[in-house]
Amino acid sequence: MKHIISPTDLTVSELDELLELSEEIIANPKKFSDVCRGKKLATLFYEPSTRTRLSFEAAMLNLGGSVLGFSSADSSSAAKGESVADTIRVVSSYADICAIRHPKEGAPYVASLYSSIPVINAGDGGHNHPTQTFTDLLTIKNLKGRLNNLCVGFCGDLKFGRTVHSLINALVRYENISFILISPEELRVPEYIRKEVLEAGNIPFEETTNLEKAMPKLDILYMTRVQRERFFNEEDYIRLKDIYILDEKKMAAARSDMLVLHPLPRVNEIATEVDSDPRAVYFKQAQYGVYVRMALIMKLLEIV
Amino acid sequence: MLNIGVINQGIVIDHIQAGGAMKIYHYLDLENKDVSVAIIKNARSNKMGKKDIIKIEATLEDLDLDILGALDHKLTINIIENGVIIEKRNPKLPEIVNNVLKCKNPRCITSVEQGLPHSFKLTDRANGVYRCVYCEQSFDRR
Repeated sequence: MKHIISPTDLTVSELDELLELSEEIIANPKKFSDVCRGKKLATLFYEPSTRTRLSFEAAMLNLGGSVLGFSSADSSSAAKGESVADTIRVVSSYADICAIRHPKEGAPYVASLYSSIPVINAGDGGHNHPTQTFTDLLTIKNLKGRLNNLCVGFCGDLKFGRTVHSLINALVRYENISFILISPEELRVPEYIRKEVLEAGNIPFEETTNLEKAMPKLDILYMTRVQRERFFNEEDYIRLKDIYILDEKKMAAARSDMLVLHPLPRVNEIATEVDSDPRAVYFKQAQYGVYVRMALIMKLLEIV
Repeated sequence: MLNIGVINQGIVIDHIQAGGAMKIYHYLDLENKDVSVAIIKNARSNKMGKKDIIKIEATLEDLDLDILGALDHKLTINIIENGVIIEKRNPKLPEIVNNVLKCKNPRCITSVEQGLPHSFKLTDRANGVYRCVYCEQSFDRR
């Protein structure tokens, strides 16, 4: 039995298999509409998350399975002080697989230690969110046709953005990847990513504050939101929140086959005028999130 | 030069990062042991500028030294017998350290679930970096 706690819990070949299965599902979703009949997914969401929870639920329903769970800590036994370990031991007897989101980092790992069913981390604080990373990889692979030979730009909050750290960790396992890290000084990628991942792996990267200059070099632009909840000081948030806004003018400097990704929700870092540009694929990316979760559920339940 | 009496039988933990001696004193549980201990803080050091030293008059069986590498990977352990150094040891770096280091990340699950063991794994042997197995935050020795 396998659990998915971090994006690197899958080897590159396992990840390739997952993405191949996802692409099979994209090509012929009906073929998979009944493969999980009689199986149940428990969604244990200790903090609100509309997108991820609905994406997991849609994935299981698309496979013909059923869903049970809770969508906030208030409506679970956590409000009575039950530990994650106890909750998962009980849920293991109700469901066949579970997705857990928790505000505390490491909670899904704790669940995996005590669970007798596969556990998927659906986001733990600012730490890991592996299914978002799988979604990002599927989007790139399906629309670009490859996961190697790419210049990937990350823009916005690179300090607190867990999706950025996870995707960097996943992409460095492929050949000939380079990064352009675009952020204000205060929101640079953390030192451990620079030293332990990029420098240690001899991965080419540059850091800049200038989005316009980076645009022509990029195969992928991964935009992120500056998150209010990460700041202790409202003034800093207000100063930094509008620092990068992707608009048509900036898009004009980009390659014709560049892709714009965003984990969503967006606030104003991508002007709505960009939505109609065929290179803007963030809504398609959300759809791919369902396909990759379908594939992941099937793999973990060993229905392939 | 500050001079503390020579010990006859025991260990001298040298090259402790300045300010770190009391932490090691507590981790070795020396306050509850019936042994002579001398703590020297901020001693001059050519190599480190400043360092701490702990001299302990005790046999090795009384002390769990395995943990010292996790606490300060640069320190050295001198084994003393009959007043002379018979062995110099560099501390071991255990792969896993359970219930010795405490995760200080307020966002870690261990901050709310008190019953969980605090567990750290060695992720960078060259620099002696330990990370919490739950939240992966590195242990801050300061």
